Amino acid sequence: MSRLNEENLRIARQIVSRYPKKKSALIPLLHLSQEQNGMVTNEAMEHIAELVEVTPAEVLGTCSFYEMFKRHPVGEYQINICHGISCHLLGAEDVLEHAEKSLGVKEGEITQDGKFSFEGVECIAACTEAPCLQVNYRYVNRVSSDEFDQLVTDLKNGQNTQIPKHGTLAKTRQNIQSEKLAGPSEVENASPPVWLQRNKEDQ
Amino acid sequence: MTEIQQDSDLISVTIDGQEVKVKSGEVLIDACEEAGVDIPRFCYHKRMSQVGMCRMCIVEVDTGRGPSLQPSCMMDVSEGMVIDTQSEEIKKIQDGVLEFLLINHPLDCPVCDKGGECPLQDQTMAYGPGETRFVEEKRHFEKPIPINDNVYLDRERCILCDRCTRFADEVVGDPLIQFIDRGNSTQVNTFPEDPFASYFSGNIVQLCPVGALTAKPYRFKARPWDLEEIESTYPNPLGDRIVVQSSRDQVLRLQGLDSEAVNWGWLSDKDRFSFEAFQSEYRLDNPLVRGGGLNKADKSGTGLVAASWAGAMSIITESLNGADPDRVAVIGGARLTNESQYAWTKLAKGIIGTDHVSADLGDDLQPHVLLGLPRATISEACQPNNTIVLLTPDLKEEYGTLFIRLRDAAKNLGVKIIELSPMRTALSADAAVSLHPLPGEIGNVVQAITTGDIPREVGGISGEDLSLAHSHLKDTNVFVIVSRSSMGQSEEPIIEALTSLQEVDNCRFLPLVRRANTMGALDMGMAPGLLPGRNTLSSGSSVFSDIWPNLPTESGANTKQILQKAADGNIDTLFLLGADPLTDFPDKALAKAALERTNTIISVDLFVTPSVYESDVVLPAASFLEADGSHTNVEGRITSIRQKITPPGTARPDWMIAAEISHRLGHDLGIDTPEDIWEELSSRSAVHGGLDYRKLDHQPDGHLITATGRIPFIPAEERIETRPVDSYAMRLILGRRMFDQGTVTQMSPSLTQLAEKSDLRINQYDFERLGITEGAQVEVTSGGANISISVKVDNRVPRSTALIYSNLEGADPRELLIEGAHSIDIRIDPTVKASA
Repeated sequence: MSRLNEENLRIARQIVSRYPKKKSALIPLLHLSQEQNGMVTNEAMEHIAELVEVTPAEVLGTCSFYEMFKRHPVGEYQINICHGISCHLLGAEDVLEHAEKSLGVKEGEITQDGKFSFEGVECIAACTEAPCLQVNYRYVNRVSSDEFDQLVTDLKNGQNTQIPKHGTLAKTRQNIQSEKLAGPSEVENASPPVWLQRNKEDQ
Repeated sequence: MTEIQQDSDLISVTIDGQEVKVKSGEVLIDACEEAGVDIPRFCYHKRMSQVGMCRMCIVEVDTGRGPSLQPSCMMDVSEGMVIDTQSEEIKKIQDGVLEFLLINHPLDCPVCDKGGECPLQDQTMAYGPGETRFVEEKRHFEKPIPINDNVYLDRERCILCDRCTRFADEVVGDPLIQFIDRGNSTQVNTFPEDPFASYFSGNIVQLCPVGALTAKPYRFKARPWDLEEIESTYPNPLGDRIVVQSSRDQVLRLQGLDSEAVNWGWLSDKDRFSFEAFQSEYRLDNPLVRGGGLNKADKSGTGLVAASWAGAMSIITESLNGADPDRVAVIGGARLTNESQYAWTKLAKGIIGTDHVSADLGDDLQPHVLLGLPRATISEACQPNNTIVLLTPDLKEEYGTLFIRLRDAAKNLGVKIIELSPMRTALSADAAVSLHPLPGEIGNVVQAITTGDIPREVGGISGEDLSLAHSHLKDTNVFVIVSRSSMGQSEEPIIEALTSLQEVDNCRFLPLVRRANTMGALDMGMAPGLLPGRNTLSSGSSVFSDIWPNLPTESGANTKQILQKAADGNIDTLFLLGADPLTDFPDKALAKAALERTNTIISVDLFVTPSVYESDVVLPAASFLEADGSHTNVEGRITSIRQKITPPGTARPDWMIAAEISHRLGHDLGIDTPEDIWEELSSRSAVHGGLDYRKLDHQPDGHLITATGRIPFIPAEERIETRPVDSYAMRLILGRRMFDQGTVTQMSPSLTQLAEKSDLRINQYDFERLGITEGAQVEVTSGGANISISVKVDNRVPRSTALIYSNLEGADPRELLIEGAHSIDIRIDPTVKASA
């Protein structure tokens, strides 16, 4: 059962209601389903298609465009090791090789306990901190082999509480007050946004 | 020339040094093409939006700021533009673009179906590099994969031009194929386990500029250079223009022909892949007569046995010689070409002397409705800011290319559609107003909309919705597209609606028919009281009396009356021209009784249908692939049908059969070729004036008959009172699907598995109210009849109505029809378990 669960379905409906066109909620809902399952399953995509009234193929088309939506299982902690130019020059290949050795799995595979998976990624825009990596998209800078092992041990033992499990985007949910919602009305009939009125840009 | 220069919409541009006049606002690539300069392209298609995916059409454009490189499909022409399509720079770019496209394109041209007609192959030869510099591994995919029952996708060959995905999304609204992944791994694909279930999937095969998409019926059947082709018309009510391609006297493929007026190059799968049926082993290829035992003709025999044409003809002449014309009748003829229809009308009315001739099968609008209302063309209706009122069922199911045209009009031209269908359809989402009046109540609903005299509620429609619809009728041109939307509703409410709509200023109509050439049949006089050229028996008999010796004086019977007469034992000889009353006539019992009582039934058909099986003489006819002629579509557009292959066995064109029978009755029909018919008719039919049969071949849009008013529309006089549905009953809708038990679909191996089984569809609300489980077998009763059928939730069906599709395998909803009722109420009993 990897469709959205009841709680997430409630959140999903609320997200859909924020947009004048249901289709706009597609990417937020993909995030939601990744948060639930650590990946985006086919069933979830079908469920999202129902919710935003598009075909499953359209959901897949969008979902597969983005690298960070995983359509295959990943570890609870997905480690992205940068091998952009700076990181490459400062030893990214060593980090990758070390990761493979110390985790005991190849790039793209998951450790037996289901905790870790890793892959080499293109530049993650932290060149000053090379070689760097992300664990569930949280940065870890200037990693040496020892520091990598320490990081893995901490995560394994639950000593690192900074990093949530894969799929979690933020610790707090976006909460939009009802009067600030764009509303589900048709775009043509919607009143201009408040900020436009404030800046008198709509005149 | 002076005339063109005065036109303010023309601007001058310079293309390759030549100054030419082009239409303002036109896309550059089209402007060049019209000026005779061909620009290579892969992604650009004039019936779809521009995307600039392939970069093949890059040209040098100078708008006064010096030459720059621009994709010509993404730029509109402007005054004074200087375009160079031949410069060294451009040649280098074309060479480069092709080199990039070929990086991942496999060079399996020798085994590729597209090889020989492949734009990529052709353009590489013309503009591309002679040799590859690419030594790395190409990308690989499993090849080919089926994306639905008839279309295969080879992703390695795909150059990602976006044509198929654009077509699916923009043109037909079935976005079931998409670009998946990105960058180097981008591929076209469906969602896993969710096939490209589109009624129009064959079009993407025709659109594909490489061999990535292939259709199962054509795969590995021929090389393009072996094909011969001819332009023709598919005999469906819209008269979609086609190209018939054959090799060694076998049709291998039908392609859509881009006709501006009709189908824009598109075809529905039902038509595109149906050519298989006409070449199936089940085609009639020899005359058959009733017989038994030792294959001898025997009137009391139980089966059909092979016979010679002479033997079959002698039985026919025997039954017709000295027969009372009042006891001879002809049903059908809507499948025939105009020419065959004329020949048969002449035989029946002019030689035999009966007026019991009717092409209708009791499920279309009456001739006075089809001929009497001021008619519009599709293109006239699809003009910016018009309003189109739809009194039709789901057009996607029955009139595929019209659906595409209307969808385009609503989405891109600002045409407002007021949909008055019994249920939600594929056009509902794009309609300005989509209302679903209760079956039988449409007359009252339309009256409220046209007059603006809005009640609080009528026919299940609120006053608010009615006012909204009314507002769209003001200050605009109103066009009405109408057909018998559901057999569960009688014709009277529709005539009532049309009577109201007629009052709207300048309102024009496009009445749809169910069978291919019903319009031609009416124009050729295949209805009681009518003669060719929209003459009536009373007004036109003097026109034809010199060549039609035995013209009847009194108007004859329509199909229902013919069958009634036959069932009463008053018909001796009945001709069925491609008609199957047992399957198609709404009153199955009457049709059965009629066929049982009639002495001699003579069928002229392509296949052994249930009615043909009951016949005494069966004559094999030539199909539209095997005979010359012409076709009249619902607009009154006459287009050519051209023979491409020889008929099977001894099958003959229908007109030839009529001429033969006439000859044996001692009369020369005077028809030796289809052309003779036009010579005879042109001087006698004012309607067909100006038509040159020989010129039809050079007119992709055909010849339009514009005359109206010769057969007047008879407005409804009585008003049908609204009839509320009681809370236990449901109002019945009889729908139609694109793929059903129809002969052509069943005889095409590629289509037959697409037909579903019969079921009853109701709204989720009613479903829960009745406490039924999905797929449960229920008993449905109406009047005294009942059928057992399984239930399915379908939220397109409004509350308190129930939908059953006709002519599917399983329960036959015709059992539920009540003679003379304007609408049918059914009761669903979920507690009765199916006995079978």
